[in-house]
Amino acid sequence: MGSLFRSEEMTLCQLFLQSEAAYACVSELGELGLVQFRDLNPDVNAFQRKFVNEVRRCDEMERKLRYLEKEIKKDGIPMLDTGENPEAPQPREMIDLEATFEKLENELREVNQNAEALKRNFLELTELKQILRKTQVFFDEHEGGVNPTESMTRALISDDSIARQGNLGSVQLGFVAGVILRERIPAFERMLWRACRGNVFLRQAEIETPLEDPSTSDQVFKSVFIIFFQGDQLKTRVKKICEGFRATLYPCPEAPADRREMAMGVMTRIEDLNTVLGQTQDHRHRVLVAAAKNIKNWFVKVRKIKAIYHTLNLFNLDVTQKCLIAECWVPVLDIENIQLALRRGTERSGSSVPPILNRMETCEDPPTYNHTNKFTSAFQALIDSYGIASYREMNPAPYTIITFPFLFAIMFGDAGHGLLMTLFGLWMILKEKPLAAKKIDSEIWNIFFGGRYIIFLMGAFSMYTGMMYNDIFSKSFNIFGSAWKIHYNSSVIYDEIEMTLNPSTSDYSGSPYTFGLDPVWQLSKNKIIFQNAYKMKISIIFGVLHMLFGVVLGLFNHMYFKDKIKIICEFIPQLIFLCFLFLYMVLLMFIKWLMYYPTDDKDKITYSPHCAPSILISFINMVLFKEPNKVEDCADYMYNGEMGIERFLVVIAVICVPWMLLAKPIYIMRNQKKSNYMVSHEQMNAATENGDAEQPAHNNTVHRVEGGHGSHAEEDLGELFIHQGIHTIEYVLGSVSHTASYLRLWALSLAHAQLSEVLWQMVLSKGLKVQGFEGGIALYIIFSIWASLTVAILVLMEGLSAFLHTLRLHWVEFQSKFYSGIGHGFQPFSFETILDSAATQTADE
Amino acid sequence: MSTAIPLIVFTVLWGGVGIGLPFVVPKGPNRGIIQVILILTAATCWLFWLCCYLAQLNPLIGPRLNRHAILLMAREWGDKINSSVTI
Repeated sequence: MGSLFRSEEMTLCQLFLQSEAAYACVSELGELGLVQFRDLNPDVNAFQRKFVNEVRRCDEMERKLRYLEKEIKKDGIPMLDTGENPEAPQPREMIDLEATFEKLENELREVNQNAEALKRNFLELTELKQILRKTQVFFDEHEGGVNPTESMTRALISDDSIARQGNLGSVQLGFVAGVILRERIPAFERMLWRACRGNVFLRQAEIETPLEDPSTSDQVFKSVFIIFFQGDQLKTRVKKICEGFRATLYPCPEAPADRREMAMGVMTRIEDLNTVLGQTQDHRHRVLVAAAKNIKNWFVKVRKIKAIYHTLNLFNLDVTQKCLIAECWVPVLDIENIQLALRRGTERSGSSVPPILNRMETCEDPPTYNHTNKFTSAFQALIDSYGIASYREMNPAPYTIITFPFLFAIMFGDAGHGLLMTLFGLWMILKEKPLAAKKIDSEIWNIFFGGRYIIFLMGAFSMYTGMMYNDIFSKSFNIFGSAWKIHYNSSVIYDEIEMTLNPSTSDYSGSPYTFGLDPVWQLSKNKIIFQNAYKMKISIIFGVLHMLFGVVLGLFNHMYFKDKIKIICEFIPQLIFLCFLFLYMVLLMFIKWLMYYPTDDKDKITYSPHCAPSILISFINMVLFKEPNKVEDCADYMYNGEMGIERFLVVIAVICVPWMLLAKPIYIMRNQKKSNYMVSHEQMNAATENGDAEQPAHNNTVHRVEGGHGSHAEEDLGELFIHQGIHTIEYVLGSVSHTASYLRLWALSLAHAQLSEVLWQMVLSKGLKVQGFEGGIALYIIFSIWASLTVAILVLMEGLSAFLHTLRLHWVEFQSKFYSGIGHGFQPFSFETILDSAATQTADE
Repeated sequence: MSTAIPLIVFTVLWGGVGIGLPFVVPKGPNRGIIQVILILTAATCWLFWLCCYLAQLNPLIGPRLNRHAILLMAREWGDKINSSVTI
């Protein structure tokens, strides 16, 4: 198997498949997922391809399945997902599947239609029932009347008009009853009043229970109303208004006995309807439950068939129509697996002619394929999101596995926070299978889960660096015994508020704390001064080494591609530039650590803290050729001959700049001239050998050709110079700015430590200081605040910020030294990815 | 010398991880990756420890402590306060 250091070797293959065997073979290749097919008919549009009919049928099947799925979801029936992966069915099975789906869909549609009709009926009956019930109340309100109409007459018309009524003859009062949406009532009432000039009488009552609208299946609130009016003209008007407000009118008999009878009839009909509705629902449920058992399986099958036909559409038909020709990219190491899969496919289809897989020569760029596993894939994803490696280029991913969590940990260094992170990562790793099976859709969760190994490693390294910084929730451990002792007697202590321990006396034992920073620093007032000096130095040390590592990886690239010019004209000056300036600065740091020691001895004053120079200032002086600042009693330089060596280093480093800038273009230019000269020389020779009147004409052509060639080459050279110039400037300025950029390691680590200390002092220590049993309660509350702030701000937010800074350090500072990342990824034809993407698509909907 | 002992111990420890262990990684498709992981882990961790150790080897400044911290240090870390001079 290939390793992760470079992408897999790929080759372009031509594949001849027997027409009958093609389907089975492609199906096997889809299960394998190691072949990327190329479209051989790019100019043929999608509707003119050979298997367009089959693809369409699959689309239709998928549509039916989606309809089924929607109905299943509507009823809340759990869909059985066994997680099994059925093989792509034979083409002839497709007809069976189609028939099954057709039948299911029709049945379901019919059931739904019936159910809707029944529901509409049911609604009408319920409304009628409500009308009868409510209007009964209206009629009953006027018990005294002989008949309801008469009682209404009294209410409507004043007494004296009743007296006159006798003369005019009895006036029949009519009424209509119906149901209307509750929110329409006010407008309805106003309209009635205005249109009929107040000559109608409206009574209404609310129906308490919401009714189901059969077409949308929403729950709606409605009201019953009854309108009394006089005369036919008003009746038509009222009816029109009712129509306009979408009120449904129901016949309502006048006589109480009729109404009672009608109510009875309605009740029995409702009961009957209920039974029928129940049976319909049962039937629907049975159909859906049966479908729910298989639906996932069917989806997989249909999607596989569709993918296969889609792939077959990319193939070419040969002249005899007997075989299909495909072109595909395959990893060289997996050719045997592919051959095996093809053989299996042929056997399954019963074809006698084996498929043929030929390797082809091509000048195209092969796709980049990195064979990852569940551990390395997350790191590869970090690299790929910057840019996919060029074919066979050094892949930074294997180194990132360690350097990424480590640089993160320098910023995040706190053993307590690291422990929390480690435990979270470890939990995800241990519960990997159940968690993956849950298929949680939350995007944030998926990011965390995908990066579980990164999180675990980041946590683990943070614990190490946290122990090194001796920082556990901003507190220190004293495991090995501090190197600092108190030798003061009590009088001194009681006199002074603050005291500085003197390292040159017996306050300091002479050998430092064994593992990490001395716990005394956590207690001291000048902790920051000490830690700044320390953390700044390690940022630069690790930064320079990280960049140097990147440059050296570039050498492996040049060696692999046998690019001698790049080694001589790029790698070597780059290495010299970085080493002579920045690695030398790192060296100075170590010299300073080792050379200067605490002493009060006047003879050794040149090695005392008083004389220790600032590395940064001496580095700036070195680059600018400036004399160091004179300090009394001290030597000007750290060691003898320092000035000479430094001047030499700077001069060589400066020489590297034009070397990087000019060497490669000049070399290429000279090569071109030489070859040009040789070509023209040969032609001249040939001409003189032929030697007669033809010569001038011949010469002319040569010149013209040469001239054209020359201008082209010049253009190329111009481009080359510009390109090289950009490259050189980027590198030279980059080494300065990138070195400074690594100071973010110091800044973030300092910020993290300070923030966690503030949180301790401002929150938790307040709780610890409360006395008595109230203290317990206070501490309980305060601890929960402290703990949640620790997780939310220090672990999550600070972790995210440190993560992003680490990502930047890798993408910009590290990868710019060797990684071009302009390849294109390998996208094999694989059922797994097709099904996954289809599943996520449906989840998104 | 007591200064050299931790230096030797940690160098040997991380040297073992970074130089020794890569040889005994079992053969398999991921051997190269595991070797790189081990080497880089050892290198970074050792260097980080070394820097921390060297930075404290010759301290140019001493910690400034308040009275409270000094008294606590004396009590907890076992350096008896010399009370020869009576107050």
